[in-house]
Amino acid sequence: MASAPDTADPSKSRRLIGWIDERFPMTKLWKEQVSEYYAPKNFNFWYYFGSLALFVLANQLVTGIFLTMSYKPSAAEAFSSVEYIMRDVDGGWLIRYLHSTGASAFFIVVYLHMFRALLYGSHRKPRELLWIFGCLIFLLLMAEAFMGYVLPWGNMSFWGAQVIVSLFGSLPVIGGGLVEWIRGDYVIADATLNRFFALHVAALPLALVFLVIAHLMALHEVGSNNPDGIDIKKHKDAEGHYLDGIPFHPYYTVKDVVGVAGFLLFFCGVIFFAPTFGGLFLEGPNFEPANPLQTPPHIAPVWYFTPFYAMLRAVPSFAGTQVWGVLVMGAAIVVLFFVPWLDRSPVLSIRYRGPLYKIALAVFSVAFIILGVCGLKPPSGIYPQLAKICTALYFAFFLLMPWYTKIDSVKPVPERVTGHA
Amino acid sequence: MRKRLILIAVALFGTALSVGVASAQEGEGSLPHSGADINNVESLQRGARNFMNYCSGCHSLKYVRYNRIAKDLEIPESELQANLMFTSEKPFDTVNSSMPADAEAWFGKQPPDLSLMARARSVDYIYGFLKGFYVDKARPWGVNNVVLPGTSMPAVLSRLQGLQSLVLKNEKDEHGSDNLVPSGAEPMKADPLKPEAGALKPEEYDQFVRDIANFLDYAGEPIKAKRESMGVFVILFLLVFFAFAYMLKKEYWKDVH
Repeated sequence: MASAPDTADPSKSRRLIGWIDERFPMTKLWKEQVSEYYAPKNFNFWYYFGSLALFVLANQLVTGIFLTMSYKPSAAEAFSSVEYIMRDVDGGWLIRYLHSTGASAFFIVVYLHMFRALLYGSHRKPRELLWIFGCLIFLLLMAEAFMGYVLPWGNMSFWGAQVIVSLFGSLPVIGGGLVEWIRGDYVIADATLNRFFALHVAALPLALVFLVIAHLMALHEVGSNNPDGIDIKKHKDAEGHYLDGIPFHPYYTVKDVVGVAGFLLFFCGVIFFAPTFGGLFLEGPNFEPANPLQTPPHIAPVWYFTPFYAMLRAVPSFAGTQVWGVLVMGAAIVVLFFVPWLDRSPVLSIRYRGPLYKIALAVFSVAFIILGVCGLKPPSGIYPQLAKICTALYFAFFLLMPWYTKIDSVKPVPERVTGHA
Repeated sequence: MRKRLILIAVALFGTALSVGVASAQEGEGSLPHSGADINNVESLQRGARNFMNYCSGCHSLKYVRYNRIAKDLEIPESELQANLMFTSEKPFDTVNSSMPADAEAWFGKQPPDLSLMARARSVDYIYGFLKGFYVDKARPWGVNNVVLPGTSMPAVLSRLQGLQSLVLKNEKDEHGSDNLVPSGAEPMKADPLKPEAGALKPEEYDQFVRDIANFLDYAGEPIKAKRESMGVFVILFLLVFFAFAYMLKKEYWKDVH
């Protein structure tokens, strides 16, 4: 009896799966989404960041749940409860650093993931909706990160929230009432912290997960793009499999494990040796509790918002209102949604595009990074001027795209994908 | 093409991150280097002693428990109670100061809790601050500080350090005109009113405040030393894991042409 091994009847597990499959499309889903999802075989380095984003999302969800078990969302207790997690909860410091470093890592992999789309034209037909879901994820991620940043209730949390929330106040007519409605009080206060907590741990993660599922469903419906930007569905073998495709599992599952291992080397390097990352991931003033009577010496958002913050500051007030900066900052996100239609090039991948797009993308990338640096610095010296120039370059990349992608020269596109990693 | 793109991207991100870190740490250039070492347990023990004897009367460590200090700094509990605890608190209590609520009336502000001072500012900041007091008759306590001008803290360690005077240096401002700006503090050579040297030699005093700064670095993040030593094993494990994952990938991809 006791010695009978579980493997005595090999068909037992198959019978269980059969039982489930008659009631739920488990095997069908697994085949469609994973084991018989054919991905192009020529994915390169840039294609790691999608699975890494999923990995970081999982990390944020799991560590977030454990943080919630000890965190107290009240203005009186929030700061102390974070220190309680850091000092008295077993392994609490690790959970907290995984979460705080994960926030920065999330933006790093998402920015690189979006850059990949610009490199290889992954937003182009038929992947427009896929791209739009991605933009929505990015937008929600920013809201999620902003609210999460307020929760430790440090002095930078408080003043960051103060600055960002009052941006809405510059909107005409509704501004004042809107700000009050967001804060739930006349100042950033306990009510604000409480509702940001609710949004950060329930509403936004839920919406994020649904959007990620939609993003993946759209991807698996149309199929992945590839570094050559060509359609792999044109060439099939006798069995109807794509000649340039390979099943996602096991090929890309084992490959993405390598990506995760490489990512973890950097990620854990930060967590164990530089969790504040020199004041960039966790800022010094945020180790002081929120103090409505004392502003930090220099208020700057966390690094991943600084490109947009720099744009906000780059726009001067005009006609007696500051609203223009807010509108420009909003437009910087909104314009992303239109990229699939702004790009008029006959080819998708940068490999077969002419010099104009290459130069435009390079200038755009550099401008975006410079904007990030400008947003971290106090607005003095050359930085305000630099931010203005780079804001113009940022928008020029998108608004001139219909023109320069159309007149750009193109190279002949191959029929089959070139090489594999 | 692919390699070049990756190189460019890595270089850009590297530059952006280093510029970011540099700007996040801006303004710390003028601080002296403390040389504090979180792995030096003896220094931390001396720092705990110095803190409890000279600082804890006014400054609390409200997130730090006495018995956690004893455990982390390898201090037997009997020693702890005999030498580091001067109040009726229990070992599991946090370090409270004996400052009354009206201390604000004495100093102009309540002496701050120091649990997170090393994280909010830096170890070098604490070290520089404790070394930076100089005689300034215009201030209520007769002293000012080069690291935190206008500080409301009296020079409580001056008996150990001796009195210092301000050193000014000439610096051109953005319009090109000369300005005298504070650049540091040095021992007073001959104060006609009250010539006084400290009880400690300069090197001894430096070590004294270095130990305090080190202890406050520990207090800011008690897990710090352990975190770094754990990190070495985590990275080693990940390197092995990466190697195996890479070989597995190679094996699977052999048949992809």
